[in-house]
Amino acid sequence: MNDTLFTVLSQRKLTDHVYELRLQGDTSHITRPGQFVNLKLDGLYLRRPISVCNLEGDVLTLIYKVVGKGTEQLSRMAPGEALPVLTGLGNGYDVSLSGPAPLLIGGGVGVPPLYLLAKRLRAAGKAVSVILGFNTASEVFYEAEFRALGCEVTVTTVDGSCGVKGFVTDALPESYSHVYTCGPEPMLKAVYRSIPTGGSFSFEKRMGCGFGACMGCSCKTVTGYKRICKEGPVLQKEEILWEG
Amino acid sequence: MGRLSVNLCGIELDNPVIPASGTFGYGWEFAELYDINILGSFSCKGTTREPRFGNPTPRIADCPAGMLNAVGLQNPGVDRVIDTELPKLARVFHKPVMANVSGFSLEEYAETCARLDREPQVGWLEVNISCPNVHGGGMSFGTDCGQAAAVVRAVKAVTTKPVLIKLTPNVTDVVSVARACEDAGADGISLINTLLGMRMDLKTRKPVLANTMGGYSGPGVFPVALRMVWQVAHAVKIPVVGMGGVSSAEDVLEMLMAGAAAVEVGAANLVDPWACKRIIEDLPAAMDRYGIRTLTELKIEN
Repeated sequence: MNDTLFTVLSQRKLTDHVYELRLQGDTSHITRPGQFVNLKLDGLYLRRPISVCNLEGDVLTLIYKVVGKGTEQLSRMAPGEALPVLTGLGNGYDVSLSGPAPLLIGGGVGVPPLYLLAKRLRAAGKAVSVILGFNTASEVFYEAEFRALGCEVTVTTVDGSCGVKGFVTDALPESYSHVYTCGPEPMLKAVYRSIPTGGSFSFEKRMGCGFGACMGCSCKTVTGYKRICKEGPVLQKEEILWEG
Repeated sequence: MGRLSVNLCGIELDNPVIPASGTFGYGWEFAELYDINILGSFSCKGTTREPRFGNPTPRIADCPAGMLNAVGLQNPGVDRVIDTELPKLARVFHKPVMANVSGFSLEEYAETCARLDREPQVGWLEVNISCPNVHGGGMSFGTDCGQAAAVVRAVKAVTTKPVLIKLTPNVTDVVSVARACEDAGADGISLINTLLGMRMDLKTRKPVLANTMGGYSGPGVFPVALRMVWQVAHAVKIPVVGMGGVSSAEDVLEMLMAGAAAVEVGAANLVDPWACKRIIEDLPAAMDRYGIRTLTELKIEN
């Protein structure tokens, strides 16, 4: 873990509420795809955790949805502005579990962390399939970026306005070696019930610190209590206990 | 004796900075970041007799100048703390620690304290009678003078180490509770625990926290905490450990000027993991600016 100042390089609006932010700084503590960073925004007390979407040398790409005060403020940051960032948080995805033909399933703003994962898996010569699930065509982003990595990409929309009509689970391919997924909890649960293979599931929780000190984001698992920020956000299929 | 050293119940501290319980785990996460032996001491995660998962999530909400938490005393229970956490801690921290204890009955407080009292690295017991996030225990002991005194007597009867009683600000008259603890034999007082608060989620029209209410901490509570430390320090003869929103060396000095013998730092650790290190390093320059030669001198002046 490291706390350093990043500089905003660019900010791009991907859809009505989703932004791509590129930052420059010391990325050396980010060791795995699926990890997150914690941003300190002016005037807000707690940091805001955002998953790592891409890394290119010292350039860090984050994709986030404006859902409240913090992300709204973040969306107004301009190139050249400085942002304190805690980096290297969370366990991230284990690429060694992928097998030859991994399947990546992202829902909404669960899509971004899968991008760096797809890049790493492609670099390792894996045949990567990707399902990107959204509500409607206007919410779709990063389809072209995943295709450019050489992934087999399927888009699903709930209203059928783009790609396959339905949920991500309506577009599962016939065979795959391991599933990596990130998205809203109902989607994760549906994926969990639909796949015969092993899977790595990335969860989201309201966090206090983001590095394991406050016990704010604890969850129960088959192997005991875990902190989503420290022993997560990625849990393996066999250790997940669904609440409620 | 160094320029920053202070004395708490007969134990010398290199400096007055003590991370507050629940914001520093059992030290391990922070020992990976810096040498935690620079701390005066630290207060371990609140420990109960039985293991506890705590409250359902969300347990955290952001607030102006602070945060709410409703963690609800998640901890592995006193057996695990003694078997696993304290030996692990001894590898990275070589000073006396404060064992923070919570309970739901007098018997439970006494039993947990008695067991931790026997641990060589435990310097003080900090007995939490002020947790706002658990039902049927915690804060209910700290809002009643008779109940508070009963906890003190129960714990003092089975322990040998200094017993600090951690008080809640969620009372009409904190001084009377502090006096009741002193009269019952407490060796010190620490305050304040969090202020009971809540937030609504505008989209769902429901409370943000699954527990509805939680404890508010952070810089926003500092003036309230300072006022209560002042009131209690001027009303009792036993030492007072001040806490509540402390985030800078200047805040530490204000707490000491208000009568605190030592100072705990809580929420600040969660937004800046290096907060305590920074505060300790900033203290000498802050003292220079205000003509303070030693912190002991400051305490005597008070």
